Amino acid sequence: MNEVVQTRLWLAQRISAVVLAVCVGIHLAGIIIAVQGGLSAAEIIGRVGGSGVLAAFYGVFVLACAVHAPIGLRAVLAEMTDIKPVSINGIASAFAAVILLMGMQAVLGFLGLGGG
Amino acid sequence: MHKEHPWNTFKEPFILNPMPKMLAVKIWRGGEDGRFQSYDVPRLENQTVLDVVTYVQRKLDPGLSYRFACRVGMCGSCAMTVNGTPRWTCRTHVSRVAEDGQLQIAPLRNLPVIKDLTVDMRDFFDKLAKAGGAFQATKTRTDDFAKIPPSDPRRHHADAGIECIGCAVCYAACDVVAWKPGYLGPAALNRAWTLVNDARDGMGDKRLSMVAGDDGCLACHSQQGCQEHCPMGLSPTAAIAGLKRAVSVAALKSKL
Repeated sequence: MNEVVQTRLWLAQRISAVVLAVCVGIHLAGIIIAVQGGLSAAEIIGRVGGSGVLAAFYGVFVLACAVHAPIGLRAVLAEMTDIKPVSINGIASAFAAVILLMGMQAVLGFLGLGGG
Repeated sequence: MHKEHPWNTFKEPFILNPMPKMLAVKIWRGGEDGRFQSYDVPRLENQTVLDVVTYVQRKLDPGLSYRFACRVGMCGSCAMTVNGTPRWTCRTHVSRVAEDGQLQIAPLRNLPVIKDLTVDMRDFFDKLAKAGGAFQATKTRTDDFAKIPPSDPRRHHADAGIECIGCAVCYAACDVVAWKPGYLGPAALNRAWTLVNDARDGMGDKRLSMVAGDDGCLACHSQQGCQEHCPMGLSPTAAIAGLKRAVSVAALKSKL
Protein backbone atom coordinates (compact mmCIF):
# COMPACT_ATOMS: atom_id res chain seq x y z
CA MET A 1 0.00 0.00 0.00
CA ASN A 2 1.65 3.25 -1.10
CA GLU A 3 1.53 6.65 0.58
CA VAL A 4 -1.27 7.88 -1.70
CA VAL A 5 -3.65 5.12 -0.54
CA GLN A 6 -2.49 5.60 3.07
CA THR A 7 -3.19 9.33 2.83
CA ARG A 8 -6.64 8.71 1.34
CA LEU A 9 -7.45 6.28 4.14
CA TRP A 10 -6.39 8.92 6.67
CA LEU A 11 -8.59 11.49 4.95
CA ALA A 12 -11.51 9.05 4.82
CA GLN A 13 -11.19 8.52 8.55
CA ARG A 14 -11.24 12.27 9.24
CA ILE A 15 -14.25 12.87 6.96
CA SER A 16 -16.13 9.88 8.44
CA ALA A 17 -15.39 11.29 11.92
CA VAL A 18 -17.22 14.48 10.99
CA VAL A 19 -20.19 12.46 9.71
CA LEU A 20 -20.16 10.34 12.88
CA ALA A 21 -20.11 13.39 15.13
CA VAL A 22 -23.27 14.70 13.47
CA CYS A 23 -24.93 11.26 13.47
CA VAL A 24 -24.16 10.57 17.14
CA GLY A 25 -25.50 14.02 18.05
CA ILE A 26 -28.79 13.46 16.18
CA HIS A 27 -29.09 9.89 17.52
CA LEU A 28 -28.59 10.92 21.17
CA ALA A 29 -30.80 14.00 20.88
CA GLY A 30 -33.53 11.86 19.27
CA ILE A 31 -33.41 9.28 22.06
CA ILE A 32 -33.38 11.89 24.84
CA ILE A 33 -36.33 13.74 23.33
CA ALA A 34 -38.28 10.53 22.66
CA VAL A 35 -37.96 9.12 26.19
CA GLN A 36 -39.14 12.34 27.85
CA GLY A 37 -42.73 11.09 27.66
CA GLY A 38 -41.81 7.75 29.25
CA LEU A 39 -41.58 5.69 26.05
CA SER A 40 -39.49 2.50 26.13
CA ALA A 41 -37.07 1.53 23.34
CA ALA A 42 -39.53 -1.06 22.03
CA GLU A 43 -42.34 1.50 21.95
CA ILE A 44 -40.15 3.99 20.07
CA ILE A 45 -39.18 1.36 17.50
CA GLY A 46 -42.84 0.35 17.23
CA ARG A 47 -43.76 3.91 16.28
CA VAL A 48 -40.91 4.82 13.93
CA GLY A 49 -40.03 1.36 12.54
CA GLY A 50 -40.20 1.35 8.73
CA SER A 51 -39.42 5.03 8.35
CA GLY A 52 -37.43 5.50 5.13
CA VAL A 53 -35.89 8.74 6.37
CA LEU A 54 -34.64 7.18 9.61
CA ALA A 55 -33.45 4.07 7.76
CA ALA A 56 -31.46 6.28 5.39
CA PHE A 57 -30.04 8.21 8.35
CA TYR A 58 -28.92 5.04 10.11
CA GLY A 59 -27.59 3.68 6.82
CA VAL A 60 -25.27 6.68 6.63
CA PHE A 61 -24.39 6.12 10.31
CA VAL A 62 -23.42 2.50 9.61
CA LEU A 63 -21.40 3.47 6.53
CA ALA A 64 -19.47 6.08 8.52
CA CYS A 65 -18.77 3.51 11.25
CA ALA A 66 -17.63 0.95 8.70
CA VAL A 67 -15.15 3.47 7.27
CA HIS A 68 -13.99 5.07 10.50
CA ALA A 69 -13.48 2.23 12.97
CA PRO A 70 -11.44 -0.20 10.80
CA ILE A 71 -8.99 2.54 9.76
CA GLY A 72 -8.51 3.40 13.43
CA LEU A 73 -8.11 -0.28 14.29
CA ARG A 74 -5.49 -0.54 11.56
CA ALA A 75 -3.49 2.30 13.13
CA VAL A 76 -3.81 0.84 16.64
CA LEU A 77 -2.66 -2.62 15.51
CA ALA A 78 0.27 -1.10 13.59
CA GLU A 79 1.43 0.80 16.66
CA MET A 80 0.71 -1.68 19.41
CA THR A 81 1.37 -5.11 17.89
CA ASP A 82 4.00 -6.87 15.78
CA ILE A 83 1.42 -8.13 13.28
CA LYS A 84 2.60 -7.77 9.66
CA PRO A 85 1.10 -4.87 7.68
CA VAL A 86 -0.56 -7.25 5.19
CA SER A 87 -2.30 -9.10 8.01
CA ILE A 88 -3.31 -5.83 9.66
CA ASN A 89 -4.95 -4.70 6.43
CA GLY A 90 -6.77 -8.04 6.25
CA ILE A 91 -8.03 -7.75 9.84
CA ALA A 92 -9.16 -4.15 9.28
CA SER A 93 -10.97 -5.10 6.05
CA ALA A 94 -12.71 -8.01 7.78
CA PHE A 95 -13.72 -5.69 10.63
CA ALA A 96 -15.17 -3.23 8.09
CA ALA A 97 -17.15 -6.05 6.46
CA VAL A 98 -18.55 -7.22 9.83
CA ILE A 99 -19.65 -3.69 10.80
CA LEU A 100 -21.20 -3.12 7.40
CA LEU A 101 -23.05 -6.45 7.35
CA MET A 102 -24.34 -6.28 10.92
CA GLY A 103 -25.21 -2.60 10.64
CA MET A 104 -27.01 -2.91 7.35
CA GLN A 105 -28.86 -6.00 8.60
CA ALA A 106 -30.15 -3.90 11.51
CA VAL A 107 -31.10 -1.02 9.19
CA LEU A 108 -32.94 -3.35 6.80
CA GLY A 109 -34.67 -5.03 9.75
CA PHE A 110 -35.77 -1.59 10.98
CA LEU A 111 -37.04 -0.69 7.50
CA GLY A 112 -38.92 -3.98 7.29
CA LEU A 113 -40.92 -3.26 10.43
CA GLY A 114 -43.46 -1.27 8.42
CA GLY A 115 -45.51 1.46 10.09
CA GLY A 116 -43.46 4.63 10.62
CA MET B 1 17.43 48.77 61.79
CA HIS B 2 14.03 47.89 60.40
CA LYS B 3 11.04 48.14 62.66
CA GLU B 4 10.11 44.73 64.03
CA HIS B 5 6.54 43.93 62.98
CA PRO B 6 4.53 41.65 65.27
CA TRP B 7 3.68 39.30 62.33
CA ASN B 8 7.33 38.82 61.44
CA THR B 9 8.10 35.66 63.37
CA PHE B 10 11.09 34.58 61.28
CA LYS B 11 14.21 34.69 63.39
CA GLU B 12 16.36 32.87 60.80
CA PRO B 13 16.60 33.71 57.10
CA PHE B 14 13.68 31.97 55.37
CA ILE B 15 15.21 29.34 53.08
CA LEU B 16 13.16 26.83 51.13
CA ASN B 17 14.83 23.45 50.63
CA PRO B 18 18.37 24.28 51.79
CA MET B 19 20.95 22.96 49.35
CA PRO B 20 22.22 19.48 50.28
CA LYS B 21 25.99 18.96 50.42
CA MET B 22 25.93 15.87 48.21
CA LEU B 23 23.85 14.65 45.30
CA ALA B 24 22.80 11.01 45.01
CA VAL B 25 23.29 10.37 41.29
CA LYS B 26 22.30 7.28 39.37
CA ILE B 27 23.79 6.96 35.89
CA TRP B 28 23.04 4.35 33.24
CA ARG B 29 26.07 2.13 32.58
CA GLY B 30 26.38 -0.37 29.76
CA GLY B 31 24.37 -0.90 26.59
CA GLU B 32 20.67 -1.68 26.11
CA ASP B 33 20.83 -4.29 28.86
CA GLY B 34 22.84 -2.15 31.28
CA ARG B 35 21.86 -0.92 34.72
CA PHE B 36 21.98 2.21 36.86
CA GLN B 37 25.07 2.77 38.98
CA SER B 38 25.09 5.09 42.00
CA TYR B 39 27.57 7.91 42.61
CA ASP B 40 27.86 10.61 45.28
CA VAL B 41 28.65 13.98 43.74
CA PRO B 42 29.34 17.21 45.68
CA ARG B 43 26.52 19.73 45.26
CA LEU B 44 27.70 23.11 44.02
CA GLU B 45 26.05 26.45 43.33
CA ASN B 46 24.95 26.95 39.70
CA GLN B 47 25.71 23.33 38.86
CA THR B 48 24.34 21.86 35.65
CA VAL B 49 23.53 18.22 35.04
CA LEU B 50 26.39 18.16 32.51
CA ASP B 51 28.72 19.36 35.31
CA VAL B 52 27.57 16.39 37.38
CA VAL B 53 28.23 13.89 34.57
CA THR B 54 31.63 15.48 33.89
CA TYR B 55 32.52 15.27 37.60
CA VAL B 56 31.65 11.58 37.65
CA GLN B 57 33.78 10.87 34.57
CA ARG B 58 36.78 12.93 35.68
CA LYS B 59 36.81 12.13 39.39
CA LEU B 60 34.94 8.89 40.01
CA ASP B 61 34.61 6.72 36.93
CA PRO B 62 36.83 7.48 33.90
CA GLY B 63 35.13 4.72 31.90
CA LEU B 64 31.84 6.67 31.66
CA SER B 65 30.90 7.54 28.06
CA TYR B 66 28.84 10.61 27.20
CA ARG B 67 28.69 13.34 24.55
CA PHE B 68 29.01 17.06 24.81
CA ALA B 69 30.64 19.84 22.82
CA CYS B 70 29.63 23.48 23.24
CA ARG B 71 28.30 23.42 26.86
CA VAL B 72 26.10 26.46 26.10
CA GLY B 73 23.02 25.04 24.37
CA MET B 74 24.12 25.48 20.77
CA CYS B 75 25.22 22.05 19.57
CA GLY B 76 22.55 19.79 21.11
CA SER B 77 24.95 16.89 21.62
CA CYS B 78 24.56 16.58 25.42
CA ALA B 79 20.87 15.60 25.41
CA MET B 80 20.08 12.87 27.94
CA THR B 81 17.15 11.65 29.99
CA VAL B 82 17.26 13.43 33.34
CA ASN B 83 14.86 12.13 36.00
CA GLY B 84 12.75 10.62 33.23
CA THR B 85 12.65 13.72 31.01
CA PRO B 86 14.69 14.35 27.85
CA ARG B 87 16.77 17.52 28.27
CA TRP B 88 19.94 19.31 27.28
CA THR B 89 22.12 18.58 30.28
CA CYS B 90 24.26 21.69 29.71
CA ARG B 91 21.25 24.00 30.07
CA THR B 92 19.62 22.13 32.94
CA HIS B 93 20.56 23.40 36.38
CA VAL B 94 20.55 20.74 39.06
CA SER B 95 18.36 22.99 41.21
CA ARG B 96 15.57 22.69 38.61
CA VAL B 97 15.46 18.91 38.44
CA ALA B 98 17.07 17.29 41.50
CA GLU B 99 14.20 16.15 43.65
CA ASP B 100 15.55 15.90 47.23
CA GLY B 101 19.10 15.79 45.92
CA GLN B 102 18.39 12.79 43.67
CA LEU B 103 19.36 12.63 40.01
CA GLN B 104 18.81 9.80 37.57
CA ILE B 105 20.62 10.23 34.27
CA ALA B 106 19.95 7.87 31.35
CA PRO B 107 20.55 7.90 27.59
CA LEU B 108 17.91 9.36 25.26
CA ARG B 109 14.86 7.18 24.65
CA ASN B 110 13.95 5.77 21.21
CA LEU B 111 17.58 5.51 20.05
CA PRO B 112 19.86 2.45 20.36
CA VAL B 113 22.29 2.77 23.29
CA ILE B 114 25.92 2.44 22.25
CA LYS B 115 27.36 2.66 25.74
CA ASP B 116 26.35 4.43 28.95
CA LEU B 117 24.89 7.83 27.96
CA THR B 118 25.79 7.74 24.26
CA VAL B 119 23.17 6.72 21.73
CA ASP B 120 23.39 5.82 18.06
CA MET B 121 21.92 8.83 16.22
CA ARG B 122 21.95 7.25 12.75
CA ASP B 123 18.19 6.50 12.64
CA PHE B 124 17.45 10.05 13.68
CA PHE B 125 19.61 11.64 10.96
CA ASP B 126 18.60 9.08 8.31
CA LYS B 127 14.99 10.09 8.91
CA LEU B 128 15.84 13.76 8.37
CA ALA B 129 17.10 12.77 4.92
CA LYS B 130 14.13 10.45 4.34
CA ALA B 131 11.73 13.32 5.03
CA GLY B 132 13.38 15.41 2.32
CA GLY B 133 15.32 17.46 4.84
CA ALA B 134 17.95 18.60 2.36
CA PHE B 135 17.46 22.00 0.73
CA GLN B 136 17.13 21.72 -3.04
CA ALA B 137 18.41 24.91 -4.62
CA THR B 138 16.68 26.44 -7.61
CA LYS B 139 19.29 29.16 -8.17
CA THR B 140 23.05 29.41 -8.30
CA ARG B 141 25.41 31.78 -6.49
CA THR B 142 25.49 34.00 -9.55
CA ASP B 143 21.74 34.64 -9.34
CA ASP B 144 20.26 37.50 -7.36
CA PHE B 145 19.02 36.98 -3.79
CA ALA B 146 15.50 35.66 -3.40
CA LYS B 147 13.27 38.50 -2.24
CA ILE B 148 10.84 37.26 0.39
CA PRO B 149 8.87 39.93 2.26
CA PRO B 150 8.95 39.65 6.08
CA SER B 151 5.15 39.62 5.99
CA ASP B 152 5.01 36.49 3.78
CA PRO B 153 2.91 33.87 5.72
CA ARG B 154 5.05 31.02 4.35
CA ARG B 155 8.14 32.74 5.67
CA HIS B 156 6.47 32.93 9.09
CA HIS B 157 5.83 29.16 8.99
CA ALA B 158 9.46 28.51 8.01
CA ASP B 159 10.82 30.92 10.63
CA ALA B 160 8.77 29.22 13.37
CA GLY B 161 10.67 25.95 12.97
CA ILE B 162 14.03 26.97 11.54
CA GLU B 163 15.92 27.16 14.85
CA CYS B 164 15.94 23.37 15.31
CA ILE B 165 19.49 22.19 16.03
CA GLY B 166 18.76 18.46 15.73
CA CYS B 167 19.35 17.48 19.36
CA ALA B 168 16.75 14.65 19.22
CA VAL B 169 15.07 15.69 22.48
CA CYS B 170 11.71 15.77 20.65
CA TYR B 171 12.43 12.38 19.10
CA ALA B 172 13.09 10.91 22.55
CA ALA B 173 9.93 12.53 23.93
CA CYS B 174 7.68 11.18 21.16
CA ASP B 175 5.50 8.20 22.11
CA VAL B 176 4.64 7.50 18.47
CA VAL B 177 8.34 6.89 17.73
CA ALA B 178 8.40 4.49 20.69
CA TRP B 179 5.38 2.59 19.39
CA LYS B 180 6.26 2.76 15.70
CA PRO B 181 10.02 2.77 15.04
CA GLY B 182 9.51 3.60 11.36
CA TYR B 183 7.82 6.94 12.16
CA LEU B 184 9.89 9.84 10.84
CA GLY B 185 9.56 11.77 14.09
CA PRO B 186 9.01 15.41 15.03
CA ALA B 187 12.42 16.86 14.08
CA ALA B 188 12.45 15.43 10.54
CA LEU B 189 8.86 16.54 9.91
CA ASN B 190 9.53 19.99 11.36
CA ARG B 191 12.50 20.32 9.00
CA ALA B 192 10.34 19.21 6.06
CA TRP B 193 7.71 21.83 6.94
CA THR B 194 10.31 24.63 6.96
CA LEU B 195 11.40 23.57 3.47
CA VAL B 196 7.83 23.17 2.18
CA ASN B 197 7.45 26.84 3.10
CA ASP B 198 10.81 27.91 1.68
CA ALA B 199 10.11 29.79 -1.56
CA ARG B 200 13.70 29.12 -2.72
CA ASP B 201 13.38 25.33 -2.47
CA GLY B 202 12.64 23.36 -5.61
CA MET B 203 11.51 19.95 -4.38
CA GLY B 204 7.80 20.86 -4.33
CA ASP B 205 5.21 18.10 -4.06
CA LYS B 206 7.87 15.38 -4.03
CA ARG B 207 8.68 16.30 -0.43
CA LEU B 208 5.00 16.00 0.48
CA SER B 209 5.04 12.44 -0.91
CA MET B 210 8.07 11.71 1.27
CA VAL B 211 6.32 12.83 4.46
CA ALA B 212 2.84 11.41 3.66
CA GLY B 213 1.72 7.93 4.58
CA ASP B 214 1.70 5.72 7.65
CA ASP B 215 5.26 6.49 8.75
CA GLY B 216 5.02 10.20 7.98
CA CYS B 217 3.07 13.12 9.36
CA LEU B 218 -0.24 11.23 9.33
CA ALA B 219 0.99 8.98 12.16
CA CYS B 220 1.25 11.91 14.59
CA HIS B 221 -1.35 11.81 17.38
CA SER B 222 -0.77 15.47 18.33
CA GLN B 223 0.15 14.48 21.89
CA GLN B 224 2.58 17.42 21.86
CA GLY B 225 5.37 15.72 23.80
CA CYS B 226 7.79 17.19 21.25
CA GLN B 227 6.81 20.80 21.84
CA GLU B 228 6.53 20.24 25.59
CA HIS B 229 10.17 19.17 25.73
CA CYS B 230 11.80 21.12 22.88
CA PRO B 231 14.61 23.14 24.53
CA MET B 232 14.30 25.74 21.75
CA GLY B 233 10.60 26.21 22.45
CA LEU B 234 9.64 25.15 18.92
CA SER B 235 6.36 23.45 18.07
CA PRO B 236 6.93 20.44 15.80
CA THR B 237 3.28 19.58 16.48
CA ALA B 238 2.21 22.74 14.64
CA ALA B 239 4.63 21.93 11.81
CA ILE B 240 3.20 18.41 11.52
CA ALA B 241 -0.35 19.81 11.51
CA GLY B 242 0.72 22.08 8.63
CA LEU B 243 2.13 19.08 6.77
CA LYS B 244 -1.11 17.15 7.34
CA ARG B 245 -3.08 19.99 5.72
CA ALA B 246 -0.65 20.26 2.80
CA VAL B 247 -0.59 16.49 2.28
CA SER B 248 -4.41 16.31 2.40
CA VAL B 249 -4.78 19.04 -0.22
CA ALA B 250 -2.14 17.36 -2.41
CA ALA B 251 -3.93 14.01 -2.08
CA LEU B 252 -7.28 15.54 -3.04
CA LYS B 253 -5.66 17.18 -6.06
CA SER B 254 -3.89 13.89 -6.98
CA LYS B 255 -0.50 15.58 -6.63
CA LEU B 256 1.08 13.08 -4.25
